[in-house]
Amino acid sequence: MTGTQSRPDSGAVPEPVPGSVPGSVPGSVPGPASGSVSKARERSMVGPAVFESYYGRPILKEPAWKQPDVPLYLFLGGVAGASASMGALAEPSGRPALARATRLVAAGAASASVVALVHDLGRPLRFLNMLRVIKPTSPLSIGSWILAPFSGLAAVTAALEVTGRLPTIRRLTGTAAGLLGPAMCTYTAVLLADTATPAWHEARLELPVLFAGSALASGAGAAMLAAPAESAPARRAGLAGAVTELVVARRIEHGLGLVSETYRTGRAGRLLRAARALTAAGAGLSLLGRRNRLATVAAGAAYLAAGVCTRFGVYNAGVASAKDPKYVVVPQRARKA
Amino acid sequence: MTRMGFFTDTSVCIGCKACEVACKEWNMLPADPPPDLLGMSYDNTGGLGADTWRHVAFVEKPAPPTDLGMPSVGEPEVRWLMSSDVCKHCTHAACLDVCPTGALFRTEFDTVVVQQDVCNGCGYCVPACPYGVIEKREEDGRAFKCTMCYDRIGADLQPACATACPTESIQFGPLDELRARAGERVTELHEQGVTEARLYGHDPNDGVGGSGAFFLLLDEPEVYGLPPDPVVTTRDLPGMWRRAAGAALGVAAAVALSFLGGRR
Repeated sequence: MTGTQSRPDSGAVPEPVPGSVPGSVPGSVPGPASGSVSKARERSMVGPAVFESYYGRPILKEPAWKQPDVPLYLFLGGVAGASASMGALAEPSGRPALARATRLVAAGAASASVVALVHDLGRPLRFLNMLRVIKPTSPLSIGSWILAPFSGLAAVTAALEVTGRLPTIRRLTGTAAGLLGPAMCTYTAVLLADTATPAWHEARLELPVLFAGSALASGAGAAMLAAPAESAPARRAGLAGAVTELVVARRIEHGLGLVSETYRTGRAGRLLRAARALTAAGAGLSLLGRRNRLATVAAGAAYLAAGVCTRFGVYNAGVASAKDPKYVVVPQRARKA
Repeated sequence: MTRMGFFTDTSVCIGCKACEVACKEWNMLPADPPPDLLGMSYDNTGGLGADTWRHVAFVEKPAPPTDLGMPSVGEPEVRWLMSSDVCKHCTHAACLDVCPTGALFRTEFDTVVVQQDVCNGCGYCVPACPYGVIEKREEDGRAFKCTMCYDRIGADLQPACATACPTESIQFGPLDELRARAGERVTELHEQGVTEARLYGHDPNDGVGGSGAFFLLLDEPEVYGLPPDPVVTTRDLPGMWRRAAGAALGVAAAVALSFLGGRR
C-alpha cells in the first residue's frame, strides 16, 4: 500500500538538466520530472531555470492585442508625438518646409494610430467608452485622454498648414500639439509595463526611455525623408534618440535577469537586432548626410524602419515571456526565497 | 456589506468537475471548441478563460515520502492533486485598475465584475491579471470572467459552483469566516501529518492584498498553475509614470536643443 515502500529518491528519477533540450525546459515536463528535484536544491538553483509548472502550460494569458494593430499604434504614436514637437519649433526657427512636413506627418500618424487602436477593439463601435471616465490607474485611459486632444490638435494644425489660413490659430494649435507630443512618445511604454507580462513589467523603468529614444529617432527620420533640405535639427534630434535607444536597448537585453533572454531570442531577438543595426545605420548615414541629401533620406528611412522593428520586437518579447511559465515562476520563487 | 469569498479546500477535492459544469450551465457559457482532449491528464479544460470560470486542475506526480492515503498506481507510486481554480477577486485587482472604460467594477460584496454593456473589448485587463484569469471571447470581442455569481449571491443563493460541489471543497461565505475556518483546517491537517498543507491567497499582506477567493493547497502553487508570488502591476505604476514623465521631458529637451544650431 501507499507509504510502505521506499521511494525513489531524486537520484533514481532522471534529473532534468537545465537548458539541455531547447524549447523544452524542465518545467515543461509534467509534475513528475521536475517534482524529483528537492526543494532545497530548487531554491539554490535560481540561475539555471529548474522549476515546476502545471504541465508546462502558461500561467499568464498572452496580451490580447492584435498584431500589427497595437505595435503599429505604439510606433505611430511615437512618430506623431516627436513630429509635432519638431513642428512647433520649426516654424519660429524659420524652416517652413520642415514645419509643413512634420505637421503633416504628426496629423497622419496620429490619425493612423487612432485607427489602429479602434481596429484592435473587440467592440470598435464602443470606442467612445474610452472617454467615459478618467482613471490615473489605467495608462490606456490616460493615453486616450492624451491621444484624443493630440490627434485633434495635430489634424487642425495640418489642415491650416495645407490651406494656409488662420496662421495665429495654426501656431497655437501647433504649439499645443507640440507640448503634448513628448507625452505621446512615452505613455505607451507605461501602457505595456503596467501589466503582469514579465518582459514588460520587469523593464518598466527602461521602456519609457527606450520608447522616448525610438520615437525621437523615428520622428526625426520622417522629417529627414520629407524635408531633407531643412533637416539639420532632425538630424541632431535623431542622433540623440538613436544613442539613447541603443544604450537602453542594451540594458533591457542584458540587465533584467532571466527575462532579458526574451529580448535576445526568437522573433523578438531578430527584430531587436535589426532595430539596432538600422538605428546605427541611420545615425551613421545622418552624420554623412550633412551635405548629401540622398544619405539624409536613407538615414530617415533607416530610422523609421528601426522604430517599427523596436516596437514589434518589444511586443513579441512580451508575448514570449507570457507563454512560458518559467518567466513567472523562477523570478517569483527567487524573490520569495 | 460583508466581503464575500470562496475558500477552495483542495484536500477534499475529488476532481469531479461538477463546479465546472454548474458554472457553465448557470452562466450560459459557450462550450469549449473541439478538439477537447489535451492528452496530458484527466484535465481536458486546460485553464481558466473567457468560457471557463471554474477549472479543475489535475496533477499526477510521484508521491512524497509521507503517506496521505492517496490512490497509488503501480511503480513509482503517484499522487493525485486536484484543485478547482477560479478568479481570485483580488483586494487590489489589476484588471479593475487598468480598465479604461470603468466596465470592471467592485461590487457591494467586494467582488470584481465586468459590466458587459460597457466593455469595449480593449483587452487591457487580459495581460494585467497576474493569474491569467480574464480573457477576451474572440467571437464576442469583450472580456469575460467569474462574477462569483453576482446574480445569485444578490438573491441570497450560493454561487453555482459551491452549490454543486459534493465534498464542500468549494466553500462560499463571508471572507473573515472563511479565513478563520481555513486556518483551523490547516492546523487540523498538520496534526494529521499532512505537513504540506498550506494556504494560498489568504494573506492580506501579499502582492494583491489578499484574494477574495483563496485556497488550501497540498503542494507549491506553481504545481497547480498558480503564480508563487503574484503582485498587482499597478503597485509600481507611480514609478512608471514618473519615469515616463522624465523621459517625455527628455524628448522635449532634445527637440528644443536640436533647434539651437543652424545650417538649415
